[in-house]
Amino acid sequence: MIEIDRITKTYDGVHAVDSVTMTVETGTITIIVGTSGSGKTTLLRMINRLEEPSSGEVRINGESTLATKPHLLRRRIGYAIQGHGLFPHHSVARNIGAVPELLNWPKDKISARVDELLTLFSMDPVAFRDRYPAELSGGQQQRVGVARALASRPDLLLMDEPFGALDPIIRSRAQDDLRRIQQRLGSTIMLVTHDMDEAIRLGDRVAVMDGGKLVQYATPAEIISQPATGFVADMVGDVERPLRLLSLIPVSEVVEDGAAEGGALPAGASLRDALAACLWTGRTAVPVAHDDAVVGRVTLDAIRARAELHA
Amino acid sequence: MKIGIVLRPALIVLLLALVLRPAWFAPVFAPLAPANGPVIYERASLLSLSLSHLGLVAAATAAATLVAVTLAILVTRPSGAAFRPLSRTIANMGQTFPPVAVLALAVPVLGFGSGPTLVALFLYGLLPIFENAITALSTLPPATMEAARGIGLNRWQKLMRVELPLALPVILTGIRLSVVIALGTATIGSTVAARTLGEVIIAGLLTNNTAYVLQGGLIVGLFAVLIYDALVQLEAHLARRVGG
Ligand SMILES: Nc1ncnc2c1ncn2[C@@H]1O[C@H](COP(=O)(O)OP(=O)(O)OP(=O)(O)O)[C@@H](O)[C@H]1O
Ligand SMILES: [Mg+2]
Repeated sequence: MIEIDRITKTYDGVHAVDSVTMTVETGTITIIVGTSGSGKTTLLRMINRLEEPSSGEVRINGESTLATKPHLLRRRIGYAIQGHGLFPHHSVARNIGAVPELLNWPKDKISARVDELLTLFSMDPVAFRDRYPAELSGGQQQRVGVARALASRPDLLLMDEPFGALDPIIRSRAQDDLRRIQQRLGSTIMLVTHDMDEAIRLGDRVAVMDGGKLVQYATPAEIISQPATGFVADMVGDVERPLRLLSLIPVSEVVEDGAAEGGALPAGASLRDALAACLWTGRTAVPVAHDDAVVGRVTLDAIRARAELHA
Repeated sequence: MKIGIVLRPALIVLLLALVLRPAWFAPVFAPLAPANGPVIYERASLLSLSLSHLGLVAAATAAATLVAVTLAILVTRPSGAAFRPLSRTIANMGQTFPPVAVLALAVPVLGFGSGPTLVALFLYGLLPIFENAITALSTLPPATMEAARGIGLNRWQKLMRVELPLALPVILTGIRLSVVIALGTATIGSTVAARTLGEVIIAGLLTNNTAYVLQGGLIVGLFAVLIYDALVQLEAHLARRVGG
């Protein structure tokens, strides 16, 4: 559990982060969203003490971060930086293995870990491990930056816009990968983004920042259905709200018995996908399949009823 | 590039011949020597003069590098930033002092021989290395520096593993400038009895023997050109490593 307790950072009398208090549960993904300059990066950097708070403190599992030497604290916390920050004079393998090396892992264990991570991020280890960062595309550099943060399997991962330079397809795959890795390892992730879609897609909880203040800290569904301020509502976007909400609900929640025409949707799809399928093909219901066997259908009426619950 | 492939070995061969087999060049230099005077310098072996010349330059540059880089590291730390202007002023003064004056002042203290020359070359070599090291260490990519702290390197590890390797190509440029200045300046050392190739040039000047002057000048010049070239190659190689 990470407790952020009335933490404040002041630059020349201006509050970059203004008395933020929040608690992050172990094994969850918390997304910090906000516009540019709202203090997201500063908040994140105070957790691993790259920035010392002007006041307030952070406790990890009850222990104040001030109790550990900063560089030792940072070795325990994975950090993926806004704009990768790879070491240009080290190979991809050495970049990824940087923290394990600091922690004195044996060589063969490090190289096995490097290959595992490259594979995880869809980069062929044989082709990539000996390259230098300058020989990678922007998106590949960014993935290596995330791999470096994950390398030592830290319990806590801080990520500052890790997917910024990725195209939409790779981006959504990287998000899925991150989810999968997080669930498997049970790590706690705090991720900064200014993309509300990413926040809703990835977050167990979403923290919205505005002008250094934490204006709302809630589940994605609450953020969408009950935005605390006009700013949060703007971030969510009026027009997009119903669709964003539907994207959070799996079809399995409203599936009913009965048959429907046309191609089936997988049970893991969202109501937003189901709605799109209905509209696009002019159907009033679509079949839902689980492992290729049709288990029922989702109707347009059911989708509408579910959306209206929040109105 | 192609020219370099032919020119470089040619210059090396020419230099080796000038140093090891000076007698071969007697016909070339003969027209420049005074009538009936000696054509080829024979009072000392050119090889031993060359080695002593290079040795002085290497020792002075090594010392200057050590001091300049250490100083640059200190004044680019947050705690040393206050000393940066002062240290630059001192390094600049070393540069504005004429080498002849350094020799003249150092002789009474250190006596005749290599000592005063070493001091002069050292003082002269400081500034370019110091300036380049400061520039290199204070313009490192910020995201990389942030990541170095972020992954948990302590200050020493950050310096040794990230800052110095990344700054190396630019520091090397400073060393190259120093070496070339020192190769030329070392010739003046002969006036206070340091064993350098300046001996040949000065002997020529004293006896009106242009052949000597040319011989000495040519060898010093070739050393300078070839060493400069070698260091440029090394820098380019390192810069590629750093992802230039
Ligand atoms: N070292 C610093 N000195 C002075 N002001 C700073 C410093 N770092 C950040 N700030 C200011 O603090 C505020 C918050 O900056 P921060 O980097 O946390 O924003 P952000 O939410 O991460 O923005 P972005 O989305 O653009 O990355 C900004 O107004 C910024 O100008
Ligand atoms: Mg930021």
